Amino acid sequence: MKDRFNLYRFASPVTFYPLAGALIPWFVALSVVFGLAGLYLGMLVAPTDFQQGEGYRIIFIHVPASWMSMFIYLVMAGWAAIGLAFNTRLSGMMAHALAPTGALMAFLSLWTGALWGKPMWGAWWVWDARLTSELILLFLYIGYMALTAAIDDTKRADKAGGLLLLVGVVNVPIIYFSVKWWNTLHQGSSVNLTKSSMAQTMLWGMLLMAMCFWMYSIAVALMRARTIMLERERNTDWVKAVLAENSEGAAK
Amino acid sequence: MLKIITSVIGRDLKLAMRRQADIVSAVFFFVIVVSLFPLGIGPEPDLLRKLAPGVLWVAALLATMLSLPRLFADDHRDGTLEQLALAPHPLGLVVTGKVIAHWLVSGLPLALIAPVLGIQFDLSTDALIVLTGAILLGTPALSGIGAIGAALTLGLRGGGVLLSLLVLPLYIPVLIFGAGAVDATVSGLGGEGHLSLLAAITFASLGFAPWASAAALKIALE
Repeated sequence: MKDRFNLYRFASPVTFYPLAGALIPWFVALSVVFGLAGLYLGMLVAPTDFQQGEGYRIIFIHVPASWMSMFIYLVMAGWAAIGLAFNTRLSGMMAHALAPTGALMAFLSLWTGALWGKPMWGAWWVWDARLTSELILLFLYIGYMALTAAIDDTKRADKAGGLLLLVGVVNVPIIYFSVKWWNTLHQGSSVNLTKSSMAQTMLWGMLLMAMCFWMYSIAVALMRARTIMLERERNTDWVKAVLAENSEGAAK
Repeated sequence: MLKIITSVIGRDLKLAMRRQADIVSAVFFFVIVVSLFPLGIGPEPDLLRKLAPGVLWVAALLATMLSLPRLFADDHRDGTLEQLALAPHPLGLVVTGKVIAHWLVSGLPLALIAPVLGIQFDLSTDALIVLTGAILLGTPALSGIGAIGAALTLGLRGGGVLLSLLVLPLYIPVLIFGAGAVDATVSGLGGEGHLSLLAAITFASLGFAPWASAAALKIALE
C-alpha cells in the first residue's frame, strides 16, 4: 500500500470483498475456540445452581443469544444511519447481511427461554414485559426482511429498510430495561460491571459463550455480505474478475 | 407554517367527504369485528367486561390499518404527492396535515362509536368515559406511526399485507397502554398513569413520525 492507511478504502465493495474473505477464517476459528472453552466451563466446571438445579445451564445459550439479538439490531441501525447519512453502498449490504442472524438470535432467545420457562415457571410462555418486547424485536427483524424483499430496486430497499430500522430502534432500550421498569416474572440481570450475583465460573462461561456468538455473527454476516456484494455488483468488472478466478481455481 | 398544515387538512377532508363510503366502511368494520367477539366467546357479562378493552382496542388498530394504504396512494397515483414534495414547504408539515386529516376521518369516528360498543360489553360509565378518552388520545399515534408504514410501502406489490407487518408491532405500546387504562379503571386502580403514557406516546409520535414518513416518501419518490 503506497498511500497511508485509510479506513474509507474499505467502504468500497471492491476492497472490502477480499478483506472480508481474509477475515472470515479468523472469526470462525475464534468462534470455535470461545465456544469450546465456554461450553467446557459452562457444562462441566460451573457449579450446579442451588435453586434452579442443572436446568439453569441453558443461560449459556439464552443470555448470549438475547444480547446478540439486541446488539445486532443496534449495529444494523448504526449501518442504516451511516447509509442514510453518507449514501454508502456497503452499509445497506451489511444491514441486509446481519438481519437473518439477528432474527435467528431473537428466535433462539425466545425458544431457549421457553425451554427454561417450562421447568422453572411451569409455563412455556408468559406475557411478561421482557418476553413481549423480545417478541416485538423478532417481528421487527421479520418486518425489515419482508420490506427489503418486497422492493426490487436495491437502493430504495436499503434506504427504506434503513429508515424502518431507525424507527424500530426505540424498542431496544425498552427490552433492555424492561426488567427494571416493570417488575415482572423474568428475573433481573445477574451480570453487572461492578458486582455480579453469580459464581465466577458461571460468569466466565457466559462471557465466553457471548464472545463465541459474537464471532459467529460477524463471520456469518461477512459471508452473507460477500454473497450480496457479488449479487448486487454482478455487472461490474471486479466481480467478473473474481468469478473468472474462482472458476479457474475450480478447473484446476 | 400553520397555513400549510390547515390547507392540507382542508383538502384531505374535502376529498374524504367526497368518498364517504370509505369512512363509513372502516367504521362498520370496527363495529362488526367488535360484535363478533360476544358471538364467539359467549354472552357472560363478567367475561365480556374483562375482554372489552382489549377487543375494542385491537379492533380499533385493525380499522385504522384498513384506511392507511390510501393515506398516500391516491396522491401518489395522480402525481399530487410529487407536487407536494416539490412545494417550498417542508414535506414533514404536509405529512403532519395529512396525518391529522387521517385521524379526523378514521380515529375520531371510532372514538365516537366506541362508547356504544362498550355498552354492548356491559362496561360501567367510568370505564366508558376512560375508554373514549383513551381512544381519543391513542388514535392520533396510530395515524402518525401508520403514516411511516404507509410511506415505506408506497407503490409496492402486496403493500397492504406488508404494511400491517411493519406497523402492527409498532402499535403494541399504544394497545398496551390504551387497553391498560380501561382495565385499570374497571379494576378500580384508576387509569391516569396509563392515560398519561398514552398521551406521551401520541405527542412523541405526532412530533417525530411525520418527519420519518417524509423521509420515507422522498425515498419512494426518487
